Amino acid sequence: MFLRKRKLGRGVAVVGVGITKFGVYPKGVKASDLFVEAFDEMKRSVNKGLRDEDIEAFYIGNFSSDIFEKQVHCAATVVSRVGLVPKPAVKVENACASSGVAFREGVIAVASGIYDMVVAGGMEKMTNLSTTQVTETLGLALDPICEFPAGETFPGIFATMATAHMAKYGTTVEDFMRIGIKNHYNAGLNPKAHFDVSVKDFMKRRAASAVKKGLPEPHWADEMEFLHDPAQNPIIAWPMRLFDCSTVCDGASCVLLVAEDIAKDFTDKPIYVIGTGQGSDYPVHEREDMTSIKATKEAARQAYEMAGVSPKDIGVAEVHDCFTIAEILSMEDLGFYKAGEAVRALREGETNLDGKLPINMDGGLKAKGHPVGATGTGMVVELFMQMRENAGPRQVKRKDIDLGLMLNFGAHGSTAVVNIFERR
Amino acid sequence: MALEGEFTRIAENEFYSAAYERFISQGKLMGSKCRKCGTIYVPPRPICPKCHTHEMELMAMKGKGKLAAYTVITVGPPMMVEEGFNRESPYCSGVVELEEGARITARILGVDVTKPDQIKIGTPVTVEYQERMHDGEKMTFTAFRALS
Repeated sequence: MFLRKRKLGRGVAVVGVGITKFGVYPKGVKASDLFVEAFDEMKRSVNKGLRDEDIEAFYIGNFSSDIFEKQVHCAATVVSRVGLVPKPAVKVENACASSGVAFREGVIAVASGIYDMVVAGGMEKMTNLSTTQVTETLGLALDPICEFPAGETFPGIFATMATAHMAKYGTTVEDFMRIGIKNHYNAGLNPKAHFDVSVKDFMKRRAASAVKKGLPEPHWADEMEFLHDPAQNPIIAWPMRLFDCSTVCDGASCVLLVAEDIAKDFTDKPIYVIGTGQGSDYPVHEREDMTSIKATKEAARQAYEMAGVSPKDIGVAEVHDCFTIAEILSMEDLGFYKAGEAVRALREGETNLDGKLPINMDGGLKAKGHPVGATGTGMVVELFMQMRENAGPRQVKRKDIDLGLMLNFGAHGSTAVVNIFERR
Repeated sequence: MALEGEFTRIAENEFYSAAYERFISQGKLMGSKCRKCGTIYVPPRPICPKCHTHEMELMAMKGKGKLAAYTVITVGPPMMVEEGFNRESPYCSGVVELEEGARITARILGVDVTKPDQIKIGTPVTVEYQERMHDGEKMTFTAFRALS
């Protein structure tokens, strides 16, 4: 009976989205201030408007307001700051999957019939701390028995998976660089991105800054040569270099979820949630296969089955590229490509904005940024914009994007959550 | 109350984390073996994830294996920074597959961290114990040294 096909108790739709610019905000700014900004944008995005007091509950993803901001219990703070006391609020912490899971919990709540309208969102204010302190704080999601004493970091853990993938499938450092180049290109078209610049633009900036300092003008034949230059792209955890790592930054995102039968009261173009799934996995060393994440496969299986669709039906996807290797693993674990074959698609540009299966249209965690708790619902924001063909210069070329998918990881993929969306 | 004894019973349970660290400080790398399916786990597990039985037995590892995956880290956590590791002086961490079949993440010693692309998966390694200060306490950590 445990393998019985699951379905939502009733339909659920996204009818509004909001997101702040991701980046480094001054020290006095609080995550809850950023959430208010995202909330305000979400309200303005609801085509036919909403009455704030009709929102019944909040599901808020946050990784570590305790260490980053010395404040716990941040979900209730959000309700207070958006002026909706005494509405209930739930804080969800699943490391970097916090708001992906908060979103799923919001969907489950509406599908259950207990609420008709909830806000799901997430937020993080990371940059008050130094890089070493941020590394240590994020590292608290590692396995404390083996990984922590080994001096591991998250770049290190994903780099370790990368060496396993390279050894098994012949994946190269250039393949990782291709992900960085693609995602930075997309972020260059996204004003909300932390690094809204392509790698080519970076090259121009670095050359100009050298000249300004009176140094000889550096020349790189192309983006690959630039990314191979250790002065420009130092190793963080081999084979992951700076341009393989997501950015540490601040931000917030949120979406409005309503029961399907009232969705058209808010917009003529709701985006429906038709599948959701979640899984867990061991630390990397305990996995049978270090080049695949069981949590992703399980979350994807649940979501595809619930939605009644298969990987080949998906038109656009947002996946968790905390490090470039993670995008490759995700392309394979989601069933878009067979194990070891994602890099072929990458080399042929299939996942570019004008490709067969655009991935991380907003620039991904790599370039849009990764304010941990805000990341999952940030992916929903992008899918909502793309599937309503409202994404401006980064709107994907392909027109048949009736189905979109998001994958959000926590830690080394020891949590994965997949949500599938449909436009009708 | 008779439940007083619960504190020491749990602290001393050889399949829990506290005991694993104690074994390491005695220079023993311990695992557990499932009495039903024979699968070996390091650190010891109280419950077998494959057959969900509690029938586990403790098993000492020989401490020999081969490198299965690795990284060379230039930006480490404060613990490693305090030991003097940085961009100019990185360190290697990796996953070791033990002869017994279980895998473990640990520091990897005896490899050339200046040429990370030359480090070979499959390199034979042997366990070594390192004493380091952590949070003001002397602690023992497992490392593996490459045999060339």
